[in-house]
Amino acid sequence: MSDLKRTPLRDFHAAHGARLVDFAGWEMPVQYRSILEEHKAVRRTAGLFDVSHMGEVDVKGPEALRFLNKLVTNNVAKLFPGRVLYSPMCYPSGGVVDDLLVYMRAPDDYFLCINAGNIDKDLAWIHEQAKGFAVTITDRSADYALLAIQGPTAVAIVQALTGAKLDRIGYYHFVEGTVAGVQCIISRTGYTGEDGFELYHPAGDAVALAEAVVQAGAAHGLELTGLGARDSLRLEAGYPLYGHEITADISPLTAGLGWTVKLDKGADFIGRDALLAEKTNGAANKVVFFKTGDRRIVRADTPVLGADGTVVGKVLSGTLSPLLNEAIGSALVTTASAMAPLAVDIRGTLINLQLVKPPFVELKKS
Amino acid sequence: MSSVPSDLRYAKSHEWLKPAGDGTATVGITDYAQNSLGDITYVQLPKVGATLAAGQVFGVVESVKAASDLYLPVAGTVIDVNSALDAAPETVNSSAYEAGWILKLKLSDPASVETLLDASAYGKLIG
Repeated sequence: MSDLKRTPLRDFHAAHGARLVDFAGWEMPVQYRSILEEHKAVRRTAGLFDVSHMGEVDVKGPEALRFLNKLVTNNVAKLFPGRVLYSPMCYPSGGVVDDLLVYMRAPDDYFLCINAGNIDKDLAWIHEQAKGFAVTITDRSADYALLAIQGPTAVAIVQALTGAKLDRIGYYHFVEGTVAGVQCIISRTGYTGEDGFELYHPAGDAVALAEAVVQAGAAHGLELTGLGARDSLRLEAGYPLYGHEITADISPLTAGLGWTVKLDKGADFIGRDALLAEKTNGAANKVVFFKTGDRRIVRADTPVLGADGTVVGKVLSGTLSPLLNEAIGSALVTTASAMAPLAVDIRGTLINLQLVKPPFVELKKS
Repeated sequence: MSSVPSDLRYAKSHEWLKPAGDGTATVGITDYAQNSLGDITYVQLPKVGATLAAGQVFGVVESVKAASDLYLPVAGTVIDVNSALDAAPETVNSSAYEAGWILKLKLSDPASVETLLDASAYGKLIG
């Protein structure tokens, strides 16, 4: 795996028994001992994820707000220093370039967190769109490592390592402070559906911070958790994953993310015309979430069958819910078929899809 | 690393077979196989009474990662299946050679067992 990129924690993972795999060109821990057990640990106590492969981009300058409100579909003008916003970033077609988090540090000073597999594509897109705006775009991906501590005991673990008053940081808010002596952006965000924090910090401090978190977490049931559990946790929470529920061909409206598309925000943004037309005319397809009552995993790209057996769509994501002990997933189906019975054929057995409005399990944060 | 008990025989496709000495044998997947698959979430068992050829697919084992076919090491008739795996497929992870057995077989030809790898040869294969 010598061609793969590595986070500063690659050797830390190997020393802790991780199974390392190629994820979007990065050598990443998919699991340490069991995806199912790591998933349950995050729902019951806490998990520590290395997500340093994610990209970070500074957007600064007097027109930073005006530029970002053109670039993304959600309303960046709602932000204030210390506030985080989730948003898709669309093509003129309404398809999605990427989904990202926007952090406002100060007026004229914003910070984006983007998907690892999209860093090069996003940077090229952002630079292209920034022409004519008084903004400076800087790729900071190599400078930052990112640790996520997620689960019911995450607050107690991080609080043991910082003087920052964590109970004063609301969901989707952040402060800048030190954790275990390491300068961090302490962000109350995550991708698991649990309470917790994401800590952006200098790459050179990643091992020291991870070791401090592991030590502080020992009394709080913290486990090392890999990208396998991260994926099943996000699907159980009903969160989209770029390349699955949202793609260059699946718009945020089709994906059920209408709440992130602010057609009336008072700024013309890329994709607005197409998304307005989709909203007005109705979408041809729809992303639905399902469970099956059966343990057989319904994997991505499995054809979805309508009531008469014809193909009306395909599965986008599928896994076994470790909490429900049954297959869960998402599918893209024609809008007309979404109200009718749906099924999939798994090795000759017809399995009915029971549509569910996510989250699949009760969450404290969603 | 992976456990390879010396009293079992092995197929290159990572199933093990344990002859009972009375013309029947127990079949499962190896410790190496369960470890490569990761968390096992479903085991599709064959029907009791089915007569299958050597190398024929007799079931499927699914993990979070993928679904993999299971191949019968030698020809025979299925005389029992481990139905406890329906509710607890993870037993294959925790006890690949004991509680996680998959089926019992009446061998078509007891001598066919000699065509399989012994522990030393299988150990080299996965080495």
